[in-house]
Amino acid sequence: MANIQEKISKLFPQATFERTDILEVTIADEQWHDLAHALRHDAEMAFDFLVTIVGMDWKEQGLGCIYELISTARNERISVKVMATGDREKPFVHSVYDLWDIATIYEREVYDYFGIIFINNPDMRRLFLNIDWKGYPLRKDYNDDPNINPVSIENERQTDFTDTWVERDGKIVKEERRVFQPEDFVVNIGPQHPATHGVLRFRTAVDGEIIKKIDIYLGYIHRGVEKICEMDTYPQTLHFMDRLDYFSAHPYHHCLCMLIEEAAGIQISRRAQVIRVLMDELSRIASHCLFIGTYCMDLGATTMLFYTLRVREQILDIMEKTCGARMTFNYDCIGGVMQDLHPDFVKDVHALLDVLPANIKEYNKIFTGNVIARDRMEDVGVLTREDAISWAVTGPNGRGSGWACDVRKCAPYSIYSELDFEEVVRTEGDSMARFKVRMDEMVQSARIIAQLIDNIPDGEYCVKVPKVLKLPVGHWFKMVEGCRGTFGIYLESDGSTMPYRLKIAPPCLPAAAVVDHITRGQKIADLITIGGSMDYIVPDIDR
Amino acid sequence: MPYEAWKDNEYIEKLVKELQENGTNVIVGKLDQLINWGRSNSIWPLTFATSCCGIEFVSLGAARYDMARFGWEVARASPRQADFMMVAGTIVHRMVPVFRRLYDQLAEPKYVIACGSCAISGGPFKKSYHVAMGIEDIVPVDVFVPGCPPRPEAMIYGIMQLSRKIKVEKFFGGVNRQEKQEEFLKAHPVPEVND
Amino acid sequence: MQDLSVGTAWIHSFLLGYMPEWLAVTLECLLVGVGLMLLYAVLALFYILFERKVCAYFQCRLGPNRVGPWGLLQSVADMFKILIKELISLNHIDKFLFALAPYLVIIASMLAFAVLPWGNGLQIIDFNVGIFFLLAVSSIGVLGILLAGWSSNNKFTLIGALRSGAQMVSYELSMGLCVVTMVVIAGSMSVTDIVMAQEHLWFIFSGHIPAIIAFVIFMIAGTAETNRGPFDLPEAESELTAGYHTEYSGIHFGFFYLAEYLNLFIVSGVAALLFFGGWMPLHIPGFDAFNNVMNYIPSVIWFIGKAIALSFIIIWFKWTFPRLRIDQLLTLEWKYLLPINLFNLVLMVIVVTYNLYL
Repeated sequence: MANIQEKISKLFPQATFERTDILEVTIADEQWHDLAHALRHDAEMAFDFLVTIVGMDWKEQGLGCIYELISTARNERISVKVMATGDREKPFVHSVYDLWDIATIYEREVYDYFGIIFINNPDMRRLFLNIDWKGYPLRKDYNDDPNINPVSIENERQTDFTDTWVERDGKIVKEERRVFQPEDFVVNIGPQHPATHGVLRFRTAVDGEIIKKIDIYLGYIHRGVEKICEMDTYPQTLHFMDRLDYFSAHPYHHCLCMLIEEAAGIQISRRAQVIRVLMDELSRIASHCLFIGTYCMDLGATTMLFYTLRVREQILDIMEKTCGARMTFNYDCIGGVMQDLHPDFVKDVHALLDVLPANIKEYNKIFTGNVIARDRMEDVGVLTREDAISWAVTGPNGRGSGWACDVRKCAPYSIYSELDFEEVVRTEGDSMARFKVRMDEMVQSARIIAQLIDNIPDGEYCVKVPKVLKLPVGHWFKMVEGCRGTFGIYLESDGSTMPYRLKIAPPCLPAAAVVDHITRGQKIADLITIGGSMDYIVPDIDR
Repeated sequence: MPYEAWKDNEYIEKLVKELQENGTNVIVGKLDQLINWGRSNSIWPLTFATSCCGIEFVSLGAARYDMARFGWEVARASPRQADFMMVAGTIVHRMVPVFRRLYDQLAEPKYVIACGSCAISGGPFKKSYHVAMGIEDIVPVDVFVPGCPPRPEAMIYGIMQLSRKIKVEKFFGGVNRQEKQEEFLKAHPVPEVND
Repeated sequence: MQDLSVGTAWIHSFLLGYMPEWLAVTLECLLVGVGLMLLYAVLALFYILFERKVCAYFQCRLGPNRVGPWGLLQSVADMFKILIKELISLNHIDKFLFALAPYLVIIASMLAFAVLPWGNGLQIIDFNVGIFFLLAVSSIGVLGILLAGWSSNNKFTLIGALRSGAQMVSYELSMGLCVVTMVVIAGSMSVTDIVMAQEHLWFIFSGHIPAIIAFVIFMIAGTAETNRGPFDLPEAESELTAGYHTEYSGIHFGFFYLAEYLNLFIVSGVAALLFFGGWMPLHIPGFDAFNNVMNYIPSVIWFIGKAIALSFIIIWFKWTFPRLRIDQLLTLEWKYLLPINLFNLVLMVIVVTYNLYL
């Protein structure tokens, strides 16, 4: 880490550094692209994984971005802070879309929330909000009067053009580009479409049955969770985590709880940690079960859904007994968990572990070995390891491409470092690999549960936490392995009871963004295969 | 399910009273009964889900809750062929026009169930800048099913209530919900589409 | 074995006693038409319920059981509903073709009913190219689907219709060749003759290897012809919303829905005719006592029973296999089924020429 700091300061003497547990670099926008280039391509640094871009509004100090970068080779994280140039009307930052593919869509998100324009980004449309939306909602001076942006049943204005700002002769000028060519045959898939698993919209240019280009259209379930979190106290922000990726409710809760506990310096009991990990892994099994079911249904094998839901219902029963809900559990809380385990918990989990292997075998027998299923999935939607990293496709999707990106292994949190399990990695990168990774992960999760279930330590399940929780001034970033990949939360506190900024980095946004890249040249039917295998949850994309 | 087991019989009774004010022709009444029997026993949902509630709707179709028992499992992907819309999940600003269009595409007789607190009032996202505070202002709603998300049992109860509502309706003449629906649509007109 | 043609002949002579022949024939035609319509509706309702129940049991569910005893009236309720559902009138469509398409589909499947051997002597028309006629009318259905997809002025329906066109034209070839293979062993194209040729042993047994190959191919092609899973691409729900009938509502959609199930019955009926003796009871040469017992079961029950048993297999396919992709579907037909079929035809000719059949 120290040599990286040295290297950067040699190249960019104006950069300032701050060391918490990781290196934090602050740099002016003029040099940002050069620094980014060095960070990405320098052999010693090689920060090839862009976790997220956090847009920030520091009121008087101006707008800016924080880039969280990880080097996959060395498992090192770095954080770069870039201040925007220009006034609040038109703040500018240079785009890094040419270095990390995923930056294209992340920058659009920041533009949508804060109005920061990224120079050279080829596609500067709003991501979640309407073209005609007035104001940038995550700015601190945003006026949320409903009369400014009323609910309207009139169709929103749509355009085939996109804006891009480029530097010409030292001046920044706006240019117009086409998304689709006039001769393209554009099929609209979504937002109400059975294959998109919710309200996602793909505008698909096709040539016969061959896909030429996909324009992904988001925001049909954008609920502004990040903004609402800024208006809530810390314990109140928790329950929104249930409603992002509703299958990963436990891991997401876990992440935010850990983050707040770390910031407030709260130590939780071992019992609570074990319970949290147990719940995480149970929800992973339930989530993958549902994935297998809905994926098979997308491919036309409806019956599989009912077989997989059988196991899921069993897990939901276990959860319901302890947490009191079937889906939105709100179980992890600051300091531990809400209630103690139900007396039947251990017995029920054992019953689940007993039937799970037979069920997985059955799924393989019905579906995985089927010749039609193999033909549909093998070599369809191949994502290489380099692309997976560049597009930040984490979780089972990334591991299907040979990228060992499991946060439980590369940055162990909670008690994962003590547990014995394998990280499932496959190298093919096709839809079949992504499917099989999930199948195998269910086995590994069951292994973790088996290790813990019989020795849940005694102790209190929740430590005493002050009623009014205030975090010190500062910022924190935490990642966990959700059911669909790396889930990160960036929290900035100004010392009050409410977060100053809470940025959620969901795993599903990259998974949906990469669909365009890997479906080109494939058939329409393959879009369903690929989209299904990416297993995105739309409320998690849109937040 | 016995009559006493229902929670809001007053509502249905009021509806029946309202409908019977004008009196009924015997033949037409019998025909009405037959048609209503058919309609109330064959309500096909539109596959429409935006968020968490949609997953509970999937559970509703699965073996544990099995909505096929009541004949509701024929989920149609095309709104033209569906009878009711289970609005399972949050409706946000961008979704509103799409949602309204889906409603307009449903063939008569069409019904809407607002399922979950988001669809009823905005729910946990009440403070959000981008969430429609309930779908009542967008389409006429027949049944509300509270919960976040509602349990599948609650959904079954909700659809059964809808079925009861259909049963007392009138196809020929008299006061019926069609008039109320028209009133609503007049108050919330669809903008002309120019293409 | 009771010959039902005695009954029909009696009705004819009875009518002739009261009126001139042309009137009698017209009246009979009307009677048959009404009877056929009724049968059509009843069969469709039965099939819809049958499929829903079977699929429910495959999926560890119960299926419809609330409407009427054991849910038997479920599809009746559905029918009432669909009859009075609104027919949405659309702008920007070809209104005439849009309205015509569902009728074309339904007429195609109804015409095919005319030549099915319902029972001994119970056949609406019996002419010497019956099976040929059946193939011909069943291809009218694809026209209806193409028109439906094209006239709706919707991209999904268009893709669905094009897929369906490619699929049905391809698989008709296989079906035709299978029929030809079996015609070789029957030595006739007349439906009655085909049934009578199986009096001693059903073709699936007497034709042994080539007949079994033809049967397997026929079932695959038949599933594809009826647009059912795993070949349900034209209406692949997860890809194309509802495929070619996305824009149809009310009874127009009902026609497509009914035709799907009726086509299922027709395909299994033809399979029963070609491979399992139509209405012919199970006869085993040498076991005369057994054959006599079998003869006591009415021929109508034999035919419908066989058809339903074969439809069960097709339903089984649908609820087990994932869907094929369009190119895989065409590869299967043109690269595998067609060559095998041609080879099989030659094999059958050899078998027949050298009297190798049982």
